[in-house]
Amino acid sequence: MSDCFINGIASISAQPTTDPGTFLEELISYKEPIFRCHDPNYKDYIKPAAMRRMSKSVKMGVTTASMALKDSGVEMPDAIITGTGMGCKQDSEKFLENILHNDEQFLTPTLFIQSTHNTVGGQVALGLGCKAYNVTYVQGAASFETSVMDAQLMLSEESGKNILVGGIDEIAKNSTLLHKLDGQIKNDDIDLIDLLDSNTLGTVASEGATFMVLGAKTDKSLANIVDVETISEATPNEIKADIEKFVFRQGLSLDDIDAVVLGNNGDVKYDNYYKNLQSSIFSNIEQLCYKHLIGDYYVASSFGFWLACKIFETNQIPSVLKVNDVTAKNHNNVLLYNQYLGKNHSIALLQRC
Amino acid sequence: MAELREELKEKLIEQLSLEDVEVSEIGDNDPLFGDGLGLDSIDALELIVLLEKDYGIKLKDPKEGKAIFESISVMADYISKHRTK
Repeated sequence: MSDCFINGIASISAQPTTDPGTFLEELISYKEPIFRCHDPNYKDYIKPAAMRRMSKSVKMGVTTASMALKDSGVEMPDAIITGTGMGCKQDSEKFLENILHNDEQFLTPTLFIQSTHNTVGGQVALGLGCKAYNVTYVQGAASFETSVMDAQLMLSEESGKNILVGGIDEIAKNSTLLHKLDGQIKNDDIDLIDLLDSNTLGTVASEGATFMVLGAKTDKSLANIVDVETISEATPNEIKADIEKFVFRQGLSLDDIDAVVLGNNGDVKYDNYYKNLQSSIFSNIEQLCYKHLIGDYYVASSFGFWLACKIFETNQIPSVLKVNDVTAKNHNNVLLYNQYLGKNHSIALLQRC
Repeated sequence: MAELREELKEKLIEQLSLEDVEVSEIGDNDPLFGDGLGLDSIDALELIVLLEKDYGIKLKDPKEGKAIFESISVMADYISKHRTK
């Protein structure tokens, strides 16, 4: 793969992560299995006239896109690529409710326009006046990584481009509750910080957005995305072999990996994918988890990219992230692995610049 | 008529998500589009649906909206003359 540097990044999550001067120092606790993100003051980033029609995912996306662009010093990207598992669920639900309540009549345009998966990419482009390549990937828990792969391919063809890549997913009243009914979300209240040891079925649902600006190396570069791979379905042992091959393909061995960022989400049925790695090939590597802070959603793995960048930037690892006793001397190579319901696995290697 | 004008202002704020606007801030004769309340073409479509849904007025030609939606006063006057519910 060609060089693909993260030159700006911003994330909105259930924790206060939008202040660039802090790194998970003050944490918010949650007790319920469904919780919303910690909102920044959106009015600081979006004009009131534009914001009045925006649902949560659009506000989160437009804001993090704006922050990432500012962070990178790029004013106009050469492409906008977004990933989302479920798209703009809130407006989709409202539009469907209107269809039912009004007997398929009196349907208004706003909710329809804003109920598609690519609404966020479109709104970011409209706000910037950007008429460049604009694509949205919907690939379950690998939606964000699929977007990154598209950006990598684009940069391999033309390295001078600046590409805005983001992942967004929001909670919506009805569809999120459906995930509770089918067992994806835990039925009982849980102290979020204890999520990884819950030993029960399902996870906790939240929402968030992460945007980053990818391009050639600059003095603002935070990390190099060495490679990204997605795997649709695999067994825990197949994933173990895939990760070993992935690392080897980069000309590295597992001894070269300083830390692994894992997507454990407290679902006893599927966390064995992670535990199988944690007790074997990752046993001598510093292990970090984050979903006991931000919950899970289809693009939650994008938070792992933000974490890796913050680690490179601050040279600090907040103790709340650590799940084993290994501490790396330096953090130069950070490996990310995530899956959801045993599907849409993603592996990424980020390297310090 | 004053009651209808107040009702319309409340409906506008709710239907068009004018979160930062109070009823008292909308003048009866303020232009709704352009320099006044700053509504746009998507809002015009929302108002056409509002007329039909709440007052039983179906605009045959959407271009009629340009004159009808000039201000709250003009809207209220048109509704009072043509409403079917």
